[in-house]
Amino acid sequence: MTRYLARKVVIYLLTFFVAVTIDWAIPRFMPGDPIEGLLSRMKAQPGATEELTGYYSHAFGFDVPLWQQYLNFWAALLHGDLGRSIANFPTPVSELIMGALPYTLALLIPAILLSFWAGNKTGALAARRKVLDNTVLPASYVLTATPQMWLGIVLAWLFASTWAIFPVSGAYGLDVQPQWSLEFALSFLHHWILPFSALFLVAFGGWAIGMRNMIIYELESDYSNYLTALGAPSKLVRKYAYRNALLPQITGLALALGAVVAGAIVVEIVFSYPGLGTLTLSAIQNRDYFLIQGIFLFLITGVLIANFVIDLVYVVIDPRTRVGMQGGS
Amino acid sequence: MPLTEPTQSGVALPAEAVADAARSGAQTAPAPGVPAAPRLHSELFYFAFRNWKFVLGSAVVLACVAIAIVGPWLTDHPPLAFDGPTDQPPSSEYWFGTTSYGQDVYSQFVHGLRAAFLVGGLGGGIAWVLGVGVGFTAGYRGGWIDDVLNMLTNVVLVIPTLAILIIVAAYLQVQSYTTEAVIIGLTSWPWAARAVRSQTFSLKTREFVEVARLSGRSTRQVIATELAPNMSSYLLMTFILLFGGAILIGASLDFLGLGPSESISLGLMMNNAFLASALLLGSWWWFLPPGLGIVAIVGGLYVMNVGLDEVFNPKLREL
Repeated sequence: MTRYLARKVVIYLLTFFVAVTIDWAIPRFMPGDPIEGLLSRMKAQPGATEELTGYYSHAFGFDVPLWQQYLNFWAALLHGDLGRSIANFPTPVSELIMGALPYTLALLIPAILLSFWAGNKTGALAARRKVLDNTVLPASYVLTATPQMWLGIVLAWLFASTWAIFPVSGAYGLDVQPQWSLEFALSFLHHWILPFSALFLVAFGGWAIGMRNMIIYELESDYSNYLTALGAPSKLVRKYAYRNALLPQITGLALALGAVVAGAIVVEIVFSYPGLGTLTLSAIQNRDYFLIQGIFLFLITGVLIANFVIDLVYVVIDPRTRVGMQGGS
Repeated sequence: MPLTEPTQSGVALPAEAVADAARSGAQTAPAPGVPAAPRLHSELFYFAFRNWKFVLGSAVVLACVAIAIVGPWLTDHPPLAFDGPTDQPPSSEYWFGTTSYGQDVYSQFVHGLRAAFLVGGLGGGIAWVLGVGVGFTAGYRGGWIDDVLNMLTNVVLVIPTLAILIIVAAYLQVQSYTTEAVIIGLTSWPWAARAVRSQTFSLKTREFVEVARLSGRSTRQVIATELAPNMSSYLLMTFILLFGGAILIGASLDFLGLGPSESISLGLMMNNAFLASALLLGSWWWFLPPGLGIVAIVGGLYVMNVGLDEVFNPKLREL
């Protein structure tokens, strides 16, 4: 078990190292002078340009040798310093990200967990049952092929614009303040449902298909046939098949994390939901490079942590990882 | 095994192929080792055309291809010209209506389809070559080469593709769909590499591969003449999934405004419609077609893929 987790942690640390290096290298090795390119696109006021040039050259640390720039970058990072936002100067990037993070997590975590649960249950139910299979499967394929932002747009058009059941944008009403109160919670929930649904539905389709396919293989396998031959009720056979089919689905969950995060980014934009996605869009539009880089690092760290959590779950549910066999992947 | 992929847009299809190791493969191997013979080919065609999923999926995809090829010739309005009336619903002059800027939505849509196929084909193609190359090499050579490639695959796999694309595209100023496709191709290959690697592992211990190796052929020859032909169905399905995945990632990038801004794509159409509040104006003809186009292509590809899976693997055929 220790070896299994240790191997994973090594990969995650290496990934983090690579990600930070990419984050550091891209502005420095891309063609052209990043500062000049930045400022020419920013159309800043004449006075501001000089100040920003000064800030940027200092912040990028171009005045020292390359290896020292790299070390400085790490040093700043480990102190939690991701630079300052340009559009919201002088707010630190980390502060902006921390402000947006709760909203993104409030969308992502329920969407991931609920779609995983519901999709797997539905897929298992549909497998080898003709009528269900022929309805659930096509619907799931359409869902999983849908770009989340488009589903978000369609949902907003139908349920917010055409029939004004839900609000079209924001995370809470203008009449409430973010605080721990029932009023705020209700308003939050009201705004949360549409973006959540867009993420949930697309993910749901994927899990339903995956589980349906996996469980068919499990039902074909020797242990299932043996169990059936012994006269076990099909409910029991399916229960065991489901347990075995769930393992690769959990591996799939780790792999799909990046995709869900990407989905959350675009869906938030559709609903002007004040999370990391909307922050990303404004950073892109304002050419707020430090903010983009900070969000990049944050997303990757989040995905790495989530991967590790899934590994821990895997250790609990797959005994092979505990006795040192090579379970998981 | 059902070859599925974590597509970039959604959670999409859990990558079961990747989970081979968890299942030690043996009991579910999809019988890739059947040598291709002429008789088998005709049998495959027979099953392919009797399989409604394959027929339906490929019909939808081919229809989209046809529209992408022929469509632009059927309209006189350039996709980006501001020459029409604004916010018009569909009419005989403007089949899909016009945008708030007086652009022809139909023209944008058909040109957007072309861009989608370009990004899907090129991006998916590059990812396929990389994934298959890395997968074969790692799986066949084993040892330290496998360790190194596996590490590389795992690292690229964990980094969210869109995150890395955002940072690259933000600095690089993507000017063409070719560039966009290359960036997508370079980042979306890892799951394919893992899938091919685990297939190669299970295949390389077979006798006919041993014989080929003993006969003194080079690694490349053994892979090209013994391994690849026996995994051809698997490789084809991998390409289909990468193709669809690349289209979805490309759409997200364009929606974020990180794609080429001088030409039109389905993602950019959604971006324009969204930024011009088409939603609040109720201009459904502007934002519905691009999404439907993507759903048709990608959904068609996925359904075609399940059909193919059932054609190649008799166990899965409907009872």
